Amino acid sequence: MIIKRILFIILVFAATGRTLAQDSTLLNALNDSMSAHKSRSYVTGTFKATHIINEQTIESPAAGNLNFVIQHRFGQLNSGSYNFFGLDNATLRLGLEYGITDDLDVGIGRSSYLKTFDGYVKYKLLKQTEGAGMPVSVSVLGTVSDYTQDVAGKPYLNTKYRTAYAGQLLIARKITRDLSLQITPAYLHYNLVPTVADKNDVFALGMGGRVKITRRMSITGEYDWLPSNQVVSTTVHNSFSLGWDIETGGHVFQLVFSNSQSMVPTQYLTQTSGTWGKGDIFFGFNISRNFNLKKKR
Amino acid sequence: MKYIFFLLIGLSLTLPAMVFGQRLSTRTGFVGFYSKTALEDIKAENNQVFAIIEPGTKKLAFSLLLKGFVFRKELMQEHFNENYVESDKYPKATFAGTYTGDVDVNKEGTYKVVVKGELNLHNTSKSVEAPAVLEVKAGHLIGATEFKAKPEDYNIGIPSLVRDKIDKEITVKVHIDCPITK
Repeated sequence: MIIKRILFIILVFAATGRTLAQDSTLLNALNDSMSAHKSRSYVTGTFKATHIINEQTIESPAAGNLNFVIQHRFGQLNSGSYNFFGLDNATLRLGLEYGITDDLDVGIGRSSYLKTFDGYVKYKLLKQTEGAGMPVSVSVLGTVSDYTQDVAGKPYLNTKYRTAYAGQLLIARKITRDLSLQITPAYLHYNLVPTVADKNDVFALGMGGRVKITRRMSITGEYDWLPSNQVVSTTVHNSFSLGWDIETGGHVFQLVFSNSQSMVPTQYLTQTSGTWGKGDIFFGFNISRNFNLKKKR
Repeated sequence: MKYIFFLLIGLSLTLPAMVFGQRLSTRTGFVGFYSKTALEDIKAENNQVFAIIEPGTKKLAFSLLLKGFVFRKELMQEHFNENYVESDKYPKATFAGTYTGDVDVNKEGTYKVVVKGELNLHNTSKSVEAPAVLEVKAGHLIGATEFKAKPEDYNIGIPSLVRDKIDKEITVKVHIDCPITK
């Protein structure tokens, strides 16, 4: 009797139990197969834009994509009500960035600050992977700048003297989906410096990051440290900036506050004369618009 | 009695495996989705879809990595992963279900079936039913279907600013080709 009952249970189990379990077993089999054939994938979206605020990020336009970047800074907040707290004045940098490949991009820009032209090449050396593998993304960035503003009484200032170079290593890590950090050691060379006490070769270190507050908004911050005894003939300060990124479709809009007026690395790293404490704060924004020039099938 | 008992136990353990055991699978299935609006055409295709069919039980399952979808525009792909499906949190989309109709994998022919099951995307499940075609041809089982899906059904929020650029109902196309193994 007992055996019969057991037999019955076994039969019922054989007929129904195993088949009922199939739904999940099929998916489990697939998931096992997927993890066995997992391919390496790179972390995407470390930053929303190609600039944290003034510093460039490891992000670059994809192959065949053109970014039009408008960087705009009003005057100093402490310039008084007569200047409408800075809003009467503005400094502008217009930039174009083009992705030659997904890893290599080039850019040009023109700033109203000292009527400066700049050009850069950026290359992704390493890309952070998901899970084990590469913990950081590393890009190398080379910038050349040349200011063309007339300087009274200094006719000897030719193009060579006005040119400066910046080599930067961008090391970034997307730590969580909401937090990304980047450190940016920079080596700068000036063909001409004001006095013999000023160094032609300057080292600076940028530190920046972003915290996502929603899926399309983030808060960014950036601090650019200039070790002392390099720029001595003028009083300069470290650059500190805060920003708020808003992304909509092909646009990234960044509202920024910074004590740097310029947006070119050879200038904001070594020529930031204002301090936050005194209210030398420049309010402004960065807008970037992406254009896809390549027809991908 | 004892012999019958063991025989039955033996049968009960092996029989289902024999009857239901044949599993046809692929790792290179295709899933594409398409959105057409006056403002923007969106096309994304994934050729690394894992699929499994069990003709004995008429069950089937699909699984894919959302990061495997390739878009025409790189930025769209990034927004899809970062802002819409949140593929870092929910990396996979899966489907598990059954099909109707009798498909004999040992006989060449085209079979019209209806596939029914649960589609899981963005950590949200919804039942989906769609007509499909299963074809047995030259030692392969080929399956194809097309259905519509609404992003909102899967808790995928679309900001009003770009809502007009994304179709209310997205067309999803599926195509798999599994070699028939004995």
